[in-house]
Amino acid sequence: MAGITGKDEVLTAYARKLETLDAPKGRSLTQDAIRRLRRNKAAVVAIFLVVFIVAAAFIGPYFLTWGYAEVDWTAIRKPPDFEKGHYFGTDQNGRDMLARVLQGTQMSLIVAAVATVVSVSIGVVYGAVAGYFGGRVDAVMMRIVDIMYALPYILFVIILMVMFGRNPIMLFVGIGAIEWLTMARIVRGQTLSIKEKEFVEAARAGGAKPWTIIMRHIVPNLTGPVVIYATLTIPEVIIAESFLSYLGLGVQEPQTSLGTLISFGAPVAEVLPWMLLGPAGVLVTLLLCFTYIGDGLRDALDPKDR
Amino acid sequence: MKQVLKVEDMSVTFALHESEVHAVREMNFALSEGETLAVVGESGSGKSQAFLAIMGLLAKNGRTGGRAMMGDVNLIGLAPGQLDIYRGKDIAMIFQDPMTSLNPTLRVKTQLAEVLVKHRGFDKGKAVKSAVEMLERVGIPEPAKRANAYPHELSGGMRQRVMIAMALLCQPKILIADEPTTALDVTVQAQMLDLFKTLTDDFGTSLVLITHDLGVVAGVADRMMVMYGGRAVEKGVTDDLFYDPRHPYTLGLLHSTPHIAKRAERLDPIQGLPPSLEHLPKGCSFNPRCAFAFDRCLNERPLLTETGNGREKACFYEGPMTYGKVA
Amino acid sequence: MLGYALRRVLSAIPIALIAVTVCFFILRLAPGGPFDGERALPPTVLANLRAHYNLDQPLINQYFIYIWRLLHGDLGPSMVIDGFNVSQLIRIGFPFTLTVALTAFVIATSIGVLAGMIAAVNQNKWPDYVLVLAVMLGVVVPNFLMAALLQLWFGVYLRWLPAGGWVNGSIWHLVLPVTVLAWPHAARISRLMRGSMIEVLGTNYVRTAKSKGLGQRLVLARHAIKPALLPVVSYLGPGLSYLLTGSLAVEQIFGLPGIGKYFVTAALNRDYGIVLGTTILYMFIILALNLLVDLVYAWLDPKVRYR
Repeated sequence: MAGITGKDEVLTAYARKLETLDAPKGRSLTQDAIRRLRRNKAAVVAIFLVVFIVAAAFIGPYFLTWGYAEVDWTAIRKPPDFEKGHYFGTDQNGRDMLARVLQGTQMSLIVAAVATVVSVSIGVVYGAVAGYFGGRVDAVMMRIVDIMYALPYILFVIILMVMFGRNPIMLFVGIGAIEWLTMARIVRGQTLSIKEKEFVEAARAGGAKPWTIIMRHIVPNLTGPVVIYATLTIPEVIIAESFLSYLGLGVQEPQTSLGTLISFGAPVAEVLPWMLLGPAGVLVTLLLCFTYIGDGLRDALDPKDR
Repeated sequence: MKQVLKVEDMSVTFALHESEVHAVREMNFALSEGETLAVVGESGSGKSQAFLAIMGLLAKNGRTGGRAMMGDVNLIGLAPGQLDIYRGKDIAMIFQDPMTSLNPTLRVKTQLAEVLVKHRGFDKGKAVKSAVEMLERVGIPEPAKRANAYPHELSGGMRQRVMIAMALLCQPKILIADEPTTALDVTVQAQMLDLFKTLTDDFGTSLVLITHDLGVVAGVADRMMVMYGGRAVEKGVTDDLFYDPRHPYTLGLLHSTPHIAKRAERLDPIQGLPPSLEHLPKGCSFNPRCAFAFDRCLNERPLLTETGNGREKACFYEGPMTYGKVA
Repeated sequence: MLGYALRRVLSAIPIALIAVTVCFFILRLAPGGPFDGERALPPTVLANLRAHYNLDQPLINQYFIYIWRLLHGDLGPSMVIDGFNVSQLIRIGFPFTLTVALTAFVIATSIGVLAGMIAAVNQNKWPDYVLVLAVMLGVVVPNFLMAALLQLWFGVYLRWLPAGGWVNGSIWHLVLPVTVLAWPHAARISRLMRGSMIEVLGTNYVRTAKSKGLGQRLVLARHAIKPALLPVVSYLGPGLSYLLTGSLAVEQIFGLPGIGKYFVTAALNRDYGIVLGTTILYMFIILALNLLVDLVYAWLDPKVRYR
């Protein structure tokens, strides 16, 4: 959700720095930044953990004895049992919790990826167009962004729920579609400063069309903000998705997501703690990792030390 | 004459991740009452850090050694609370960038008056009144009105005047001005130097003028100390150093300064870059850039020694120095 | 300053109007309606109902009827909860929501500012590390999970606090919800405050203040806090609106009788009146808060006033 991880402030500060320091100069994600990221131990560990979780979520299920919707009638509400292959225990219906957690993680990750791609694409194109054309086009486009900022976010998501029904992918295309506001603002600011640079002037003098200039000269210079934005948007969408699922508005049975699992686990956590701890652990780990990666990237791409 | 500040064997080091950088080493000098001392050097010569250290304003990783005696008080090693008794009252400092050195969220009068409230125990009304008088003295028109302004409403020259007024409020014994004119227009620079001269004369304040620009030094400073690579390399009366430099670096500086070098045939900048303080060359720090360096300079470091007439230099070369063939 | 305030107020009006319009049409153009319940209503009843709520008229007429009523402060009837209009429901639920959100806001902001300052002054010492940990927890653990964990620990294991519900209005029922709501807010505020305080402590004007011998307390209180608060202040507006919307969620989780309860049910039943009414209420609050923040900002940062 907008502001949940403090993404907006982080990015706005970053973008302001980029503008004042006149930084990008076409070398956004260089060797330099990668080397600096590698030195950040927390970020490196976080990257490995994320890779591990992603791999487990997508490949793991093929190696499990139990499917996520499969019922083991001999093990209902059972704590972790290594002999039977229920490593995370089973739920009230005798379904394997590990299989369900993996499936839930997969769903949360897919949803986050979709929403992030949608939001970044809209934000970049919108901001670049507004910044590039400037003047009245810019004024009108940014006014629209101001208006959308005034809409209460959660309420808007719930309204979208009403519109899109319970189709998770559509819902999160929708979430992505309203997550782009800050991105658009940042990209606009960057575009405004980049378009005055010599290489853009040169391209324009050479007769390049606006669209070509935007895609070829301006967008590549935005790598830094986009990468940071994306890493920080993923956890936000994961939280938003889990929250909606927690309220019972998101992913539907027998499919599941981390939020759904937590919402089922929370009320029974006193007697069946494994039902809450498994999904909660994965969720918190994922969110922590993305936050650390985002912070690490921000430091690595910090124009100040270049 | 009475000495107001005596610095002995001072050093400044900064702790980095795994190493240490020595920004200032073996610094010795004395400042007499009412005199103006110019401290000259390129950026990274340690000239600013030395005086920030005396003021207790080093960055957190900085450490200061040696003594800086103001009367019976050693300013180095005083606890911050103790130091605050003297800072702003007996020893004041003006910084390079007037645009950022004033607090943007406070009115000018607030920033001035608080000095008098703290050090003189004035009540607020009296402090503001004295502050306005001081603003008038530093040549600010309509001082009562300007006192109510915020810094961003004033021009750069005006702000530097405010800084000067602020530093002189308690009529300090010592005023340290760190590149006070660098950020200003050339026309304003000259006015500002005049102002320094008049005011420090009026108050009997000793002035330390830190600069990289010898043009600023001429006509203002009584004595001069040239610094290179964290050490003083030549000291003496300003006119002596100007007309008869004994250290090749001083000579180089003179020839890099446009309106002094005019008498020479052409402008002749010093070749090469200032040394990195982490990896000073062996022997004399200046040897890679020195036209007069000989084998002794590569292995042995010259010490600062008296050469008579109150002059000191750190150089082995004793022959005549003609400029122009320096490459 | 007054002119600036007036300009800002005037420029907020068209934004509010457009936002109302956008919400209205998005909601109405969405498939489904309030009377598509599980059991189908007889056609005549349905027609009567639709006529009663003006749903049989062209959408554009409905829009003008809505705006006309809105200008008179009437948010229209609820279509699902019989006999109540939206304004009444808001009057019942909103004060509760506001109380929870404001309590969390005041507590969290004070703690956040203070913690951020302490951490900045003690950068890279233990108070700083403790803060970083608390912030991480606040930022990373989603509110429903934190609620579940706190309920389990304090409500079920320790039995110190009620785990949920709202029995005869005891203040103890608010402790956990307010904590859940306030934690992330405090975390973000302290992070902002720490960052900006560190930045301010490194500025030239703080160095000037130190050189004047003012002493640490005066340097911090007079020279550092005000400029360091700037980013925090600009976050307070959005912050409070997150708390207000976040409160909807927390009420749902803890089963508290705020407006959140009505809103979620209303959205599921496509009760246009309540959904639109609540959204508009929140929108106005957010606009008003942003306005307020801009004004406070202009007071803190004299440069802004002259733009």
